Amino acid sequence: MGSRARQRIPATRRFVQLYTAVLYNAHIRGFVEGDIYTGKTKAVCVPGLNCYSCPGAIGACPLGSLQNAVSASANRPAFYVVGLLLLFGLTLGRVICGWLCPFGLIQELLYKIPGKKVKKGRWSRRLSWLKYGVLAVFALAIPAYFALRHVPLPGFCKYICPAGTLEGAVALVLHPANGDLRGLLGSLFLLKLSVLILVLSACAVIHRAFCRFLCPLGAIYSLFARLALLGVRVDPARCSDCGACVRVCPMDIRTVGDRECVHCGKCISVCGQKAISFRAGKLVLMGPELPERRLQK
Amino acid sequence: MSRRNILRLVLLTVAVAFVAAGAIIGGAYDVYAKAARICSECIGLG
Repeated sequence: MGSRARQRIPATRRFVQLYTAVLYNAHIRGFVEGDIYTGKTKAVCVPGLNCYSCPGAIGACPLGSLQNAVSASANRPAFYVVGLLLLFGLTLGRVICGWLCPFGLIQELLYKIPGKKVKKGRWSRRLSWLKYGVLAVFALAIPAYFALRHVPLPGFCKYICPAGTLEGAVALVLHPANGDLRGLLGSLFLLKLSVLILVLSACAVIHRAFCRFLCPLGAIYSLFARLALLGVRVDPARCSDCGACVRVCPMDIRTVGDRECVHCGKCISVCGQKAISFRAGKLVLMGPELPERRLQK
Repeated sequence: MSRRNILRLVLLTVAVAFVAAGAIIGGAYDVYAKAARICSECIGLG
């Protein structure tokens, strides 16, 4: 594929992000009526972070489902949700973060607001490890600890998740039909609203701040960086180690395709050696054609 | 077949087996039961 194909990537990705956000939240009637969807598709998790209490959501949030599965693990092993996360990780990996996550799209749109931006550096690389702590403590340890007391407590949903506050709480609470919900709001809602405002403000000055530093789902998918079928790949034989790809990348990568890479494909167009392509297994989807044997494993 | 592909295949098999086993023992119903009701924790009601 030529340079025109390489230049198509940002537009294609934005289209896929928008399409995914609409698809995940296709129950438009929910926004009109102020209620949530209760169809059978809610038994299946969508790959990206999308609150199942969003009035439009037609699928389940994988992270919320994981926490609930951990909470119920004393009665039933969490095979179903863990299996789905494995499937998503092995096939798509962090392509989900870059292409199929509505909250990722929101963060990217916020970063487009004109103003001073904070560039990545050693500080952000260090902070990127925080999301593994959030995953371990809020999404796994807290639900597991309270599961022993037979109390379901999805720690991340309850205390942090800004996607739940924005897509679920704000959308439901603002609806005129939900006056009874507004009457129940208290200090926990204020805490979550504060986290949301903090996260959205950070995203306006730091590229994908939530995704890079806090998102436990991104932390899970990053574990599949070297195994996922889909993603950007580097041809080491063509690579001149100029570092242009790492410099242009707004994420905290050390190399293209590592745990922090969300496979946005921004690096493909800046690579003078045409060494980077977006592939699904052996199939080149975007970027220059590469001989299979030379691809970086 | 490379070691990486063997690992992929093994993990993919495990994933499919987990989803199937989980669905049989009621994991899919658990997901549905939570997702089809308004999640009080998600919206900050506690």
